[in-house]
Amino acid sequence: MKALVNKIIPFSAVDGPGNRTSVFLQGCNMNCRYCHNPETRKVCIGCGDCIEACPAGALFWMKDGNSRKVGYDPAKCVFCDTCIHICTHDASPRIQEMTPQETFDKVARQIPFIRGVTVSGGECTLYPEFLTEFFQICRDNGLGTLIDSNGTLDFKQYPELLAVTDGVMLDIKAFDETEHKTVTGISNGLVMENCRYLASLGKLYEVRTVVVPGLFDAEETVRKTAAMLRPYQKIQPIRYKIIAFRPMGVRKEYAGYPVPDSNLLESLAGIAREEGIGKVVII
Amino acid sequence: MVKMNNSKKRKDEIAMREISMERVNQTRQEILDIIESPILTHEQKVANMAGKADSLMEVLDLPEGLDELLNVPGDVKCICDLAEGHAPVRPRYIIPDYFKFMKEGSKFLQLDPPKDLYEALNSLLIFYKHVPSVTNFPVYVGALDELLEPYINDVDEAQAKKLLKLFMQHIDRTVLDSFSHANIGPRATKAGRLLLEVERELEQAVPNLTMKYEEGVTPDDFALLAVDTALHSAKPSFANHKMFKSELGENYVIASCYNGLLLGGGSYTLCRLILGNIAKRAKNIQDFKENQLPYVMDIMARYMDARIKFEVEESGFFENNFLAKEGFIHRDRFTAMFGMVGMAECVNILLEKEGISGRYGKDDNATQLGVEIMEQIDAFNKQHTNPYCEATGGHFLLHAQVGIAEDQHISPGTRIPIGEEPEELIDHLLQCSKFHKYFPSGTGDIFPIDTTVHKNPEFVLDIVKGAFRKDLRYLSFYSSDSDVIRITGYLVKRSEIEKLKSGQNVLQDTTHLGLGAEINGHILERKVR
Ligand code: SF4
Ligand code: SF4
Repeated sequence: MKALVNKIIPFSAVDGPGNRTSVFLQGCNMNCRYCHNPETRKVCIGCGDCIEACPAGALFWMKDGNSRKVGYDPAKCVFCDTCIHICTHDASPRIQEMTPQETFDKVARQIPFIRGVTVSGGECTLYPEFLTEFFQICRDNGLGTLIDSNGTLDFKQYPELLAVTDGVMLDIKAFDETEHKTVTGISNGLVMENCRYLASLGKLYEVRTVVVPGLFDAEETVRKTAAMLRPYQKIQPIRYKIIAFRPMGVRKEYAGYPVPDSNLLESLAGIAREEGIGKVVII
Repeated sequence: MVKMNNSKKRKDEIAMREISMERVNQTRQEILDIIESPILTHEQKVANMAGKADSLMEVLDLPEGLDELLNVPGDVKCICDLAEGHAPVRPRYIIPDYFKFMKEGSKFLQLDPPKDLYEALNSLLIFYKHVPSVTNFPVYVGALDELLEPYINDVDEAQAKKLLKLFMQHIDRTVLDSFSHANIGPRATKAGRLLLEVERELEQAVPNLTMKYEEGVTPDDFALLAVDTALHSAKPSFANHKMFKSELGENYVIASCYNGLLLGGGSYTLCRLILGNIAKRAKNIQDFKENQLPYVMDIMARYMDARIKFEVEESGFFENNFLAKEGFIHRDRFTAMFGMVGMAECVNILLEKEGISGRYGKDDNATQLGVEIMEQIDAFNKQHTNPYCEATGGHFLLHAQVGIAEDQHISPGTRIPIGEEPEELIDHLLQCSKFHKYFPSGTGDIFPIDTTVHKNPEFVLDIVKGAFRKDLRYLSFYSSDSDVIRITGYLVKRSEIEKLKSGQNVLQDTTHLGLGAEINGHILERKVR
């Protein structure tokens, strides 16, 4: 069983507590307007546009059974991101298919400097079996395990995965369902169900909302989400991370939203605290 | 007129060699330049003039061949004595036993043991003014947490904090040199916590500060407070307590830049091999290992022997100074530091001479060659003995020197040159882990940290824990946006460098070094993590 790995960041200070290795898997089932790494959304269709554009000769055609696919040589790559910018399919050619063990081998080098791993994306829960096996190996080696998710996997159906997961960091893109559809293209029914379910198990490490003035009502989202979580705080304290929209990396057609000012972010943090969140982080 | 009892007798014993009138006159010109300098403070002028006077002395029994390795232009110089002078009047680094002073007071200073926090702080401040060193300022101001803990509950917490704040401010404004070092840890104390809080608020360059850290001994919340303080004021640094303890015993301290030395002792001298320039003399790797390096090491060791002999047998320091007379220091707890710089340049030059590709810090073959050179230096040091280094088994201690402002194309110790750091911090740390173990008298690496880490100080603590498990010895962090920054081993304020650049004079002499290092050492271009 393999997953498409977009990249691995050896040391990350922003993907959960302490120092962690972050693994980014490829592919996503939402279409958030403010997505800041849209190249992780889809899987390469093999159009070949990026091969010609690469200035370093790091991309090439390779055989794939009877057909062909785009190959990538990390040794030649100069990480200019030309391929990502040129791709019109929200994909990246710099993807590696890896087994859980192969992925762990890339993590092991960071031991003992890290306390755990965080798997993110794209949407990493598109690969629940991969996650289960990968986390099991991480746990066996003394590492903590966190999932960064948009909440579209029905976690109830995956007890084996939850058994090896320390916690989930869950995006609440909007509390109101209609607004959620505007932001992401899909309903948030399952997201909210997951939110409560994970909280009730003490497996909800953090919820986070990206604040985009004009796109949805952030105040309502923060207030209602925090209030909804209040009864679960005694099981396991849940943090709220309030993230400012930034246009970096966002697709041109959606990059025009204003960046929220610090007053707005602070007032949202205040609301979260009022509603019983102990630790609020603004990023 | 002060009567010098010993002067007559000494003149008979010591051969003071003649020097040329030309050299005297050149020195007089240099003294005049110092007198007229617009940017030196009065104290800096006095210290520099004393150095010039000392430079006219010729009393040491110098090994043959030293001159062409020591007194030559920077690009060929192979041995550097870090301006210690020609007739050492005191050991380079002195580490008084402040615990003894707190317990017994001092006859010479006419001070009884302090009875409360007010007296403790006052006594220490008085004492500091009487601790000499190569910079004329104390390089060690004590394990402040443990020294003050017995008195910390004499007043309420707010007042204690206020007193500590004034105390630290007093040190910053009168001990005018960031090579001055305070220690904290490994155990958590109230005094330690208050000191960290105060330092976080003050954002001062002096004193330098190290937390002795040991996983399991130092509680996380105390260590995290230290990280938080470091992200505000570039200190404390973290010392691998377990490692230092295993080499030097419990009674070690961190002084000056990051030097592990014995409490109640110190270091007679510190000289350094400039490895890159030694590599220039070599035809190839074999010639370097078999001829050039052993030749230079031998001369440097014998030069250090000569310096130590003069300090111990001739200078009278250990007989006459009150620190020794009252037992705050003991001659037999001193050692000497056998230093080196420029490993990166050395390895790169040698690989180039061999026509082998590979860069120090990037490639495994370069790391491997570096390790082989360290093994050779270590082996040399272990077989060289000095009768006055009994505290450290009769040997010097290896030291990865941090560089001086004039250094050009010379990287500190075994550090990877700024601008060539590995892309990933993990690779940087793993490279460091191969080298730190050789240097009980100090080495260290410095990492500017991105400001997002302010939200996650555990990130830094995890790295410290991992690093110390991997045999790293000493780590410093500072936030990429802070005013106080770490130059090489010492701290300066960016704002003070700017003042100096614009021609104003500044209080602390290390700001001058910082300016030189900014220009020659590119320290503002370190890779942010
Ligand atoms: S990454 Fe994008 S541009 Fe490159 S082949 Fe795949 S779909 Fe085409
Ligand atoms: S980032 Fe993409 S375009 Fe740039 S060198 Fe690497 S593969 Fe080629």
